[in-house]
Amino acid sequence: MNKILISGNEAIGEAAVQAGCGFYAGYPITPQNELTAYMAKRITETGGIFIQSESEISAINMVFGASAAGERAMTSSSSPGISLKQEGISYLAGAQLPAVIVNIMRGGPGLGNIAPAQSDYFQATKGGGHGDYRLIVLAPYSVQEAFDLTTLAFDLADIYRMPVMILGDGIIGQMMEPLEAKSKKRKVKNVEKPWALTGCKGRKPNIARSFYMKEGDLEKFNLGLQGKYKKIEGKETRWEEKYVDDARIILVAYGTMARIAEEAVKQLRKDKIKAGLIRPITLWPFPVEAFRPAKRARYLVTEMSYGQMVEDVRLAVNGKAKVEFLGRSGGGIPTQEQIINKVKDIV
Amino acid sequence: MTKIYSHPKSLRGVTTHYCPGCGHGMAHKLIAEVVDELGIREKIIGVAPVGCAVIAYDYWDFDCSEAAHGRALAVATGIKRVRPQNIVFTYQGDGDLAAIGTAETIHAANRGENITVIFMNNAIYGMTGGQMAPTTIAGQKTATTPQGRDVRTSGYPLKISEMLAVLEPVKYIERVGLSSPSNIIKAKKAIKQAFQNQIDGVGFSLVELLSPCPTYWGMSPAEALKWIDEVMTKEFPLGRIK
Ligand SMILES: Cc1ncc(C[n+]2csc(CCOP(=O)(O)OP(=O)(O)O)c2C)c(N)n1
Ligand code: SF4
Repeated sequence: MNKILISGNEAIGEAAVQAGCGFYAGYPITPQNELTAYMAKRITETGGIFIQSESEISAINMVFGASAAGERAMTSSSSPGISLKQEGISYLAGAQLPAVIVNIMRGGPGLGNIAPAQSDYFQATKGGGHGDYRLIVLAPYSVQEAFDLTTLAFDLADIYRMPVMILGDGIIGQMMEPLEAKSKKRKVKNVEKPWALTGCKGRKPNIARSFYMKEGDLEKFNLGLQGKYKKIEGKETRWEEKYVDDARIILVAYGTMARIAEEAVKQLRKDKIKAGLIRPITLWPFPVEAFRPAKRARYLVTEMSYGQMVEDVRLAVNGKAKVEFLGRSGGGIPTQEQIINKVKDIV
Repeated sequence: MTKIYSHPKSLRGVTTHYCPGCGHGMAHKLIAEVVDELGIREKIIGVAPVGCAVIAYDYWDFDCSEAAHGRALAVATGIKRVRPQNIVFTYQGDGDLAAIGTAETIHAANRGENITVIFMNNAIYGMTGGQMAPTTIAGQKTATTPQGRDVRTSGYPLKISEMLAVLEPVKYIERVGLSSPSNIIKAKKAIKQAFQNQIDGVGFSLVELLSPCPTYWGMSPAEALKWIDEVMTKEFPLGRIK
């Protein structure tokens, strides 16, 4: 099959178009601008709709409308813009509307800088918007995976009727790698949407809503949401592990950081230190399974942030193993050498 | 016997939660009548606001979406772009459309979205307990302007219809008052025109309805209607703006 050289941002755009995304709205922000530009060209070529909105708030609410009307819809942004989208993300979750939201993270807090970072992990996996809701969060670590996970994101969003986030960083977004852009005629999963707003011809009116005023109604609805989230935790957890069976120390990292950690593991093995790697692919649901006691070892979590995913790892090992941490952020990235030194200190 | 009036099909036969003398109920009914008369009930998609009319979709009997406070025109843009064959409208209060949603309003209008906007101007925030709105009249007492709106610190009533009228793609704007039978007949005509424009593909159309909020104006329903005619229309003159 033909491979093309393409950036992560563009790969996400191509995957979206191939997944049948018919609506994109976004507002420029670095380091995800290539995606907006790609969609402006590609989605219109395929008969879809592109809107450069006046703000991130507007973009996410346009996606709300497009999704309510039954279309596969996407928006993308980077950290400060994702903060603005939180209102709409909470409303999408509340109205049970599918959508794909891409966050190509940069440094923060505040305006931060445009260097790659992973410091929006809490915001992505623990909420960010108001209310008891969850997002499925997928973390690609290569251009190929950015493509594959975006395709998956559209399917999961439709199946579970909820927003799904692609969480990458500036390196994933901007680096170029060969991509196998699957078949030109990928079969789009055709999920029926009887709830969509299409005009009430021949049926009772549909309402896209998250507002429940009568006592007890919202609690009942929220319990339903929680049930859905439990089901997802049981079915949709994804991760990759390498050299863990005999490992005395297991590195845990996602996205770009996992690539550096993987190189560190290879070097450590050469140095006769039994290291392994666990790479969460779904950040929510978090792959608790991967930390099962049989694989018990020491863990070193490394992140391009000052310690966010490490909290989920600690919850997963539940006190049964030691969990160490190495992190940098604001444009700083833990190097292979720093990781190796840290591991040697530990073992 | 010939039947000259009946309950509009597009309005559910339920009791509303609005206060006595409130304009929302009247506006809902006018929209429902127009939808019936134009025969678009099976094609229409309404976007309800955040404000006293937040559950308008419990009263209208057609497809509706909610929208976050102020975002109705962004939501409507998404719907209309995906379904240009449907008729899409937003129903928004002055807080919704002219305060938190100003950006969405101006930009949807300036993109020339072929959408109909029903803008309920009651010069106050009803749902949250009678605070100042961008359209509150100078000197008007509200929960957050207890001495009356002081234009030196709170600005002047925002004339959103006049502001939008200067935008090239805006095709039709009319301000009407829900204050007397003759004005209500004019209001219905304007609403019908705004929907007809969409059907004809004309473009962005907005009807501003001056609407009573007797509860937070601290008036009887009858006094509130008089206040529209005597005070509100001085600040917001009735008639076609564009
Ligand atoms: C983001 C957000 N901010 C504030 C509110 C609270 N709120 C609900 S309705 C409203 C004002 C509504 O006023 P208006 O649009 O004039 O409608 P009315 O109630 O007068 O009909 C406000 C501030 C909210 N729901 N969401
Ligand atoms: S508070 Fe005002 S706007 Fe709200 S229902 Fe009562 S009268 Fe109507």
